[in-house]
Amino acid sequence: MNTNHFKHLLAATMLLACTYATQAQERYFTRTGTIAFFSETPMENIEAHNYKVTSVWDATTGAVEFAALIKAFEFEKALMQEHFNENYMESSTFPKATFKGTFSGVTADQLKKPGTYQVDVKGDLTIHGVTKPVATTGTVEVDKEGKVKAENTFVVSPEDHDIEIPGMVRDKIAKEIQVQVRIDYQLM
Amino acid sequence: MRQLFIVALLGVATALPAQDDLLSLLGEEEEDLVIMTDASFKTTRVINSHSLENVAHGVLDFKIGHRFGFLNEGFNEFFGLDQATIRLGLDYGVTPQLMVGIGRSSYQKTVDGFVKYKLLRQCDQGCNMPITLAGVAAMSMNTQEEEDLPWYDPTVENYFSHRLAYSFQLIAGRKFSESFTLQLMPGLVHKNLVPDSTYAHDILNMGVAGRIKLTKRVAINAEYFYVPPDMLEDGYYNSFSIGFDIETGGHVFQLHATNSTGMFERAYITETVGQWSEGDIHFGFNISRVFTLHDPKAKARERIREQEQGEG
Repeated sequence: MNTNHFKHLLAATMLLACTYATQAQERYFTRTGTIAFFSETPMENIEAHNYKVTSVWDATTGAVEFAALIKAFEFEKALMQEHFNENYMESSTFPKATFKGTFSGVTADQLKKPGTYQVDVKGDLTIHGVTKPVATTGTVEVDKEGKVKAENTFVVSPEDHDIEIPGMVRDKIAKEIQVQVRIDYQLM
Repeated sequence: MRQLFIVALLGVATALPAQDDLLSLLGEEEEDLVIMTDASFKTTRVINSHSLENVAHGVLDFKIGHRFGFLNEGFNEFFGLDQATIRLGLDYGVTPQLMVGIGRSSYQKTVDGFVKYKLLRQCDQGCNMPITLAGVAAMSMNTQEEEDLPWYDPTVENYFSHRLAYSFQLIAGRKFSESFTLQLMPGLVHKNLVPDSTYAHDILNMGVAGRIKLTKRVAINAEYFYVPPDMLEDGYYNSFSIGFDIETGGHVFQLHATNSTGMFERAYITETVGQWSEGDIHFGFNISRVFTLHDPKAKARERIREQEQGEG
């Protein structure tokens, strides 16, 4: 192989590398996404918020991932937060809730101009160490300034994730918990 | 040429790892998120002594402490159940580090108050603090009628200051795991009045306390206070207590056995008359009920909500 060939090969490799790089630019991320959940029963309404959710979304492939630290959920009552971590979520053993899946219904090009899109969300939700498939519909909105926001509300049942709720408090914790996700994405 | 090659390689290398795990692209996520260790004990008291925990900011804790009589008093006293010594107390979390409390005990009709401050806080993530260090300064005041005072002597004038005693304590401890917590408590009790000049006004003491969590809601606690023998007045012994914590939602019930009658520092550290070996054991319980009076994060939450609505 003479030097010339080698130079061509190099150029090709670099071009390839650059293509990868351009593709990489279609990735969006956040470290400050919010997840809130609401448990409503006649006895008591409980809500908690996490403002430190991380997510990466590859708009070219549709692949998306979320992670939320359980201990970062903030409750109105400190004792509820302690019990949530110690007794229900066992957050020292299962520190994170994660979602791994896909967004379909919006393309990387569409994200470059303003618009609102219905997005099908599909994937695996892991809470309390138990993974369950999830399918729901959310929205992705691109505003005039080009900011990309994703929103979704879905329902999680503690029972599905082996979260034990003792008889004494069963009337105070909803069987179906509303989960609200709001993400302001940034280009990576 | 070689540099070009390296650059090309680098280009390929950086493009590759993204494929399987998208979140790893963010590197060490949440590294800025500081999370303090919590729930080292179920409540702010081990049994009689303070634990590593404070009540949370804005939370009021109503405490009922109850000790029956000595077990060895036999059937006529229903093994101690005929008698009762109580302490009612209110603790409040002024900040995440600062807690204050007051209490009233039937033991010598004593009113006590304390300030507890966490100087260092053990943390799970985001910092490297391996222990919690707290300081407790407490004061107690006997409010009995003059004639009822244990040291009453009609020939000697009584001063108000005689009724006062103080306690200073450092609590250093660590939650080693979900199920095991241990703390050491070097301290000093100062009594304004002692029987005579051969007794020390300043009584040094060293406490050790720990807990083992059995299930999510039940733990075993124990505590022991050592006082150098020459500092204890005659007839007083070191305090040892052992018991269960049972948590049920908003309440924590503590059921225990102890040789101490009083439930504030001067009483249980320096005036324990019971001896375990003689069967001078009190069955007792503490009940803790918390009320959230103030939600310190409400404002921040409101601001975020308004922001979200503004955007939406």
